[in-house]
Amino acid sequence: MTASFEVKSLSILNEKGEADETLMPSLPDDDIKRIFELMVLSRTFDEAALSLQREGRIGTYASMLGQEASQIGSALAFEKSDWIFPSFREMAVYITMGYPMYMLLQYWSGDERGARAPAGLNIFPVCVPVGTQIPHAVGASMAAKYKGDKAVACCYFGDGGTSKGDFHEGLNMAGVFKLPVVFICQNNQWAISVPRRRQSASKTLSQKAYSYGFEGIQVDGNDVFAVYKATSEAVRKARGGGGPTLIECFTYRMSDHTTADDSSKYRSNEEVESWKPKDPLLRLKLFMEKKGLWNEQYQKGVEEKSKTAVEQAIRKAESLSPPEPADMFRYALKSPTPRQAKEMEDF
Amino acid sequence: MANLNMVQAINSALREEMRRDGDVIVIGEDVGADGGVFRATEGLLHEFGAERVMDTPLAESGIAGAAVGMAAYGLKPVAEIQFMGFIYPAVDQIFSHAARIRSRSRGRFTCPLVIRTPYGAGIKAPELHSESTEAMFCHMQGIKVVVPSGPYNAKGLLISAIRDPDPVIFLESTRLYRSVKEEVPEGEYEIPLGQARIVREGTEVTLIAWGGMLRKAIEASEGFDAEVIDMMTLTPIDEEAIYRSVKKTGRVVIVHEAPKTCGFGAELSASIAEYAMLHLKSPIFRVTGYDTVMPLPKLEDYYVPSADRIRRAIEEAMKY
Repeated sequence: MTASFEVKSLSILNEKGEADETLMPSLPDDDIKRIFELMVLSRTFDEAALSLQREGRIGTYASMLGQEASQIGSALAFEKSDWIFPSFREMAVYITMGYPMYMLLQYWSGDERGARAPAGLNIFPVCVPVGTQIPHAVGASMAAKYKGDKAVACCYFGDGGTSKGDFHEGLNMAGVFKLPVVFICQNNQWAISVPRRRQSASKTLSQKAYSYGFEGIQVDGNDVFAVYKATSEAVRKARGGGGPTLIECFTYRMSDHTTADDSSKYRSNEEVESWKPKDPLLRLKLFMEKKGLWNEQYQKGVEEKSKTAVEQAIRKAESLSPPEPADMFRYALKSPTPRQAKEMEDF
Repeated sequence: MANLNMVQAINSALREEMRRDGDVIVIGEDVGADGGVFRATEGLLHEFGAERVMDTPLAESGIAGAAVGMAAYGLKPVAEIQFMGFIYPAVDQIFSHAARIRSRSRGRFTCPLVIRTPYGAGIKAPELHSESTEAMFCHMQGIKVVVPSGPYNAKGLLISAIRDPDPVIFLESTRLYRSVKEEVPEGEYEIPLGQARIVREGTEVTLIAWGGMLRKAIEASEGFDAEVIDMMTLTPIDEEAIYRSVKKTGRVVIVHEAPKTCGFGAELSASIAEYAMLHLKSPIFRVTGYDTVMPLPKLEDYYVPSADRIRRAIEEAMKY
């Protein structure tokens, strides 16, 4: 028996802001502006989070600088009723799904109450161990399928995550049961200090999908239209019973791994510089400018609005009273054990 | 009322809960057509179909992780891990996620799942088929650890475990699967989690055991005025039942087949020393497996506590 596959790829919007009209998803101007505004908002949030960390106002933070298109383009393809399983770098996914920004800051400041997704939003808390959230998305999609719901599950992970056993076990199971799940790999080229080539000898990460019996596609992860289109198609396929898809968003981690990292130790400045012209915001701006959707005044307005929203989120996060010590017991189990009850009493 | 062995009692609990609640799903390796390697899920595929009795790929972490996702979504998965010695790949999912999702999400997502796994020695099985690493799970907060000691309580405890709103590790002693039969009622009944039971009342020494060791403890207690406690649930621990008995007898012998170091007997001993020390007349004795890896079948009987070893420990305690 022979098996053959083609590594599919998709890019629509190039670095000069030129879109391939034959591939362009149909997006009204207002939607394009919304995408741009979400990108600016997310970047503003990210920059603010980095400053807050430097000032000791939040703890360790993982920046998503440079990955805005991968995160926002994909998240926009989901419905509120879908189930989202992020890793720890997906702040723009949370923001796009409508998760309150002040809660994200609350979480990063070390207050777990920020990880409680608001009612109606099925988004899991940040997953700290790498790749372990993949089987959760698989299980949620199994449950949705069993219940006959139209919900799709989506899982985010990085290039490093594809090396984990849970990546294999999860994708394998998704293929076997033809589950309504979309796997989004943000290949940002670095897993802390280990480069992409050290994670896998596969030419692409998307091709791994074919060994699990479903389609994979590598998209330009800094091209928000390509990411949106690929994810929308994967979601449509999943919802229609067509099974899973692995989308590799080829992007770049412009920042350090986290605020506890110094990437100058292991990667060259030239490499980082070479990715700057590929910036996802820059190319969308150029595209919009050509279409008459962008000018300096609009930019200023969007920035101003984003700054105000982020400042409000910071003020709100910082005005919250700290959790009561008893809070650590409250959600250990539905009802505390006698021992926990005693510990609470003695506290 | 039927005379059932533990495999049949577990099967009956699963079947009845699946009939009662459409959200109860069985997932694992060989749980479908094969009915599980010990036949605990026999016939369920036929009655409930492949959508509810899911044979998965051979992937313990994937099974546990998928069960976490299913449970968060609103189902009540009962996952089977074929042997306790094969549960280690799933431990990351159990400890990092099943045990924590309620806490991590501040109650927004919960994990009402059961992981059933055969444990312990007694069936002369190959390497890693006779493990008894319950203490590892007892140490981890956010999960419950339940160990039935026979068909009757296996059914009632499993029904309670399935209905419990939090993750439960359900350990089934392989030596008990087919070796004993008991009267097991048809229909649902719950045995509450977190409660030990006094199997035999006595006044001079307290024997504490669970699962596959209970019957040996009972056997060894013959001829002594011994109180025998069956823990049934290890966590949450039923401290009151233990202190009450220890305060009465003043002597304690703890029996488990896991190695002594950091076994659950260590927690029991420390708790008794902390809360009932002044009632003790003798040191606390632990009769356990040895501090070695579990040997292959030829040495199994030397490793696992025998009634004789337990008896000697009782005699030692009675010298004080």
